[in-house]
Amino acid sequence: MSDAAANVSLSTKRFEDCTIAEQQTLLANKHVSAVESAQSYFAQADRHANLNIYITDARESALARARVSDEHIANGTARALEGISIAVKDNYCTKDIRTTAASRILENFVPTYESTVTQKLLDAGAILTGKTNLDEFAMGSSTESSFFGPTINPTGEKLGFKTLVPGGSSGGSAAAVAAGFAIAALGSDTGGSIRQPASFCGVVGFKPTYGVCSRWGIIAYASSLDQAGVFAKTVGDVAAVMDVICGGDAKDSTSIENQNLAFKQALTQPPRKLRIGFPAQVLKAGATADTDRVWQRARDIAAHIGAEIVDVSLPTFKSALPAYYVIALSEASSNLARYDGVRYGRRASNPRDIIDMYEKSRSEGFGPEVRRRIMAGTFTLSAGYYDAYYLKAQKVRNKIVHEFAEAYKQVDLIVMPTTPSSAFAIGSHAKDPVEMYLEDLYTVPVNLAGLPAISLPVAHSSSGMPLGLQIIGRQLSDELVLQAAARFEAAVKALG
Amino acid sequence: MSVDQATVRRIARLSRIAVSDAEVPRLQGELNAMLDFVEELSAVDVEGVAPLASVMPMQMKKRHDVVTDGDIADQVTKNAPAREDHFFVVPKVVE
Repeated sequence: MSDAAANVSLSTKRFEDCTIAEQQTLLANKHVSAVESAQSYFAQADRHANLNIYITDARESALARARVSDEHIANGTARALEGISIAVKDNYCTKDIRTTAASRILENFVPTYESTVTQKLLDAGAILTGKTNLDEFAMGSSTESSFFGPTINPTGEKLGFKTLVPGGSSGGSAAAVAAGFAIAALGSDTGGSIRQPASFCGVVGFKPTYGVCSRWGIIAYASSLDQAGVFAKTVGDVAAVMDVICGGDAKDSTSIENQNLAFKQALTQPPRKLRIGFPAQVLKAGATADTDRVWQRARDIAAHIGAEIVDVSLPTFKSALPAYYVIALSEASSNLARYDGVRYGRRASNPRDIIDMYEKSRSEGFGPEVRRRIMAGTFTLSAGYYDAYYLKAQKVRNKIVHEFAEAYKQVDLIVMPTTPSSAFAIGSHAKDPVEMYLEDLYTVPVNLAGLPAISLPVAHSSSGMPLGLQIIGRQLSDELVLQAAARFEAAVKALG
Repeated sequence: MSVDQATVRRIARLSRIAVSDAEVPRLQGELNAMLDFVEELSAVDVEGVAPLASVMPMQMKKRHDVVTDGDIADQVTKNAPAREDHFFVVPKVVE
């Protein structure tokens, strides 16, 4: 298509409905400036401030960067994401922009350094629009445990459901994309924190292989599981952002060097026949009317793209959830020991002595779910219980890793629903905190095995809320996961 | 497995989280609910399975023991709740 032809077809489309590639064409042809683009996203944020998506909106620095982007575009030196507006989960440290992890203990924390992933975005010319809401320290599946209050699911609001959660923990980032506050957003995924909110809000959410993106400067929750990732409206947009943020980093010893991943390019490769695993034990576990719809849709899509469906076995699947919680909480209790009210963060007033200062600062600074998780993790690591809980969970983890490896001898990819149901109402799991953990049934095995997985909207619940399907690949098959997701995305459109 | 109230107090102490007497029974219930939830692990047969700490099969990376930055004491202490010059100030710890 010529540039002129592209402009004609784009002129009928609202800028906010364009893909990243289309926005780049409009920016390059001066149909819109980066400043105008950023302003239109902030106008949208102002119109929907009630959704409580941003903890901190960064419009001042965003508009300053947009002016720089316009200079680059004018000079013909546009970078990979020049002038593209991206929201960031508020657990990425951003230099001179307040970073709270949605916790009172970091309410006034202003980092003096930039996380590796956000630095890469800035270096590519992206505009960071603001810092999005999350469950406190990313501990949750609904964004309700934020010190700054819950976020409302924008997709639900459009349908007249005013009190549905956006999922979590990256609920604000999923909502930012769904509500049109930015074209893409960064999240982090420890046990499903990107995929589950993507499913609840009806957007695409990708968690790469553990180690594909640097975790440096991301506030740690459970280090052996945490991974950065992306929300967007299309698989192509996810690829465009992933190309910029992936890569090894000397500052994160768990990041993978020499990856040679090229996501956008991978999407241009000719498709090949796929073997897709449907795991029997997962089909049986926790089936609901919503998961039935997703499984049926997955079969229809597989048939549409001419993929072969293969039965695979993941016998220990159900034990992934308790193993995950023991490991995540143990690591959290260790990671969150750093919040001592000495070097940064909230300090309680008038302590009796230094121990009293630690205890009161942490008690005042952490919310109830974080306190519970730290205490549970402290218990499972404590003398006399370590073997029964932490060591046992690590062995179960190994078993799950091996079962996935066995399954991938037969198939290229495995699919399963992202969530047991569509978005639930604020407060529906308030009485029993453990009930919330069951929301992560389908997502945590992927983190335990360090696999890449994407959630994309494929179906709707009886009330019309979106339901996501996960496509899970073997380690470092991230390109294949996105290639398959793009074909699934096209199939969903074709099937209607 | 279930924890008693003395254990709740001990865990709170180890976690450096202040817990009032009134909170102990509720925390006991919540911790026991969490332990019940993970109890299912005890039924998994892991005979001969090694514990897995790192999911990527990689060599521990090493770096040269050299100075890579410095002279940023202002930045390091910038977010401290109490500081004097470039020192973190804490309550007296030695009598």
